Amino acid sequence: MADLLRRVAERADTTAFRELYQTYGPRVKAYMMRLGADAGTAEDLAHETLFTVWRRAALYRAEKGSVASWIFAIARNLRIDRLRREVPWQQLAQEHFEEASGEALPDAALSEKERQARVHAALSNLPPEQHEVVVLSYLEGLSHGEIAQRLGLPLGTVKSRIRIAYQKIRTALEDLR
Amino acid sequence: MSITHHLDDATLMSFAAGALPSALSAVAAAHVAMCTRCRGEVAALERVGAALLTQLPAVGMERAEPETPSDQRLPPSQQRRDRSAGPMPSATPLARLLPGGLAAVRWRRLGFGIWHHRLPVAGSGTLGLLKVAPGRIVPEHGHGGAELTLVLGGSFHDTTGRYRTGDVADLDETVEHEPVADLGLDCVCLVASETPARFRGLFARLVQPWHGL
Repeated sequence: MADLLRRVAERADTTAFRELYQTYGPRVKAYMMRLGADAGTAEDLAHETLFTVWRRAALYRAEKGSVASWIFAIARNLRIDRLRREVPWQQLAQEHFEEASGEALPDAALSEKERQARVHAALSNLPPEQHEVVVLSYLEGLSHGEIAQRLGLPLGTVKSRIRIAYQKIRTALEDLR
Repeated sequence: MSITHHLDDATLMSFAAGALPSALSAVAAAHVAMCTRCRGEVAALERVGAALLTQLPAVGMERAEPETPSDQRLPPSQQRRDRSAGPMPSATPLARLLPGGLAAVRWRRLGFGIWHHRLPVAGSGTLGLLKVAPGRIVPEHGHGGAELTLVLGGSFHDTTGRYRTGDVADLDETVEHEPVADLGLDCVCLVASETPARFRGLFARLVQPWHGL
């Protein structure tokens, strides 16, 4: 995926872009629909997400995060801007900014595939009640308070489930960072 | 900058997921921009987002083939980049919140050595700057929801520790505290609350007209 993106950045390679579009477009559309957009709006936002990828390809830095994380971050920000009509404050960590420097870089020798595989495995190994709060955060965009309300749980319970879930994912990634 | 107080893991996940209320997100983003450790955490949490996104069953696109708009046919490197705001901000959160810097802030005096400046924010919650004179106390208060306090200058302490520039106090509804500005400098903080703070006693009546502190 990083290679496809490099071809887009360096040569405006439309074949490479089409492949990225066909891989991620339908997923981003599904993500927007999970977050409450109707099919037409979701498709427009998916389209815009991928064209943001096209336009910003030269800013992407593979050593700062995977292509999928970058696309997720772009989709998340578009969703906050368009569906919630709020200001996305999150900066895109996978991009290169002149003002940022001296970052601790993850070991480039470790394969991106391995990292993704570990995150997938850690997520699928979570007990259902922990998996649920993670999904409600990412795929329904619910705040801690809204999750507590939805599940009829005390706020403290929601937060501790999220903390434990993240602790497990972090452990899975630990020796890879 | 040596930062010792970070965002809570639950706050970090909500921030990376795009689920944190807007006012809290602004403060979280300002801390993350200053803190290498929390930037690493957000990057890891965005991998979680990527994993969840790629696991979603694909929903077919009506437009299976991307039509590249003519104005976007230029190689990306030759295109104009918006480097300030918009959905993909590159300016730091503080630069966006305070375009004129702290020096341009028009403080509103609350009395007792405390000043406040409210910042506009979309959605629920309140966002503002608080300036506390050296040695002065922000009277004991609790919160209806989460509160994030990022130190921008000076330092303060309360029962949970001492907070210096870059440190963030990530407190929830269970905490009641009475922060005291340390001697030497005014303590300036960026504060977001999910719901306005609840002060006890006299101070509450005095600052009530400036609801939203």
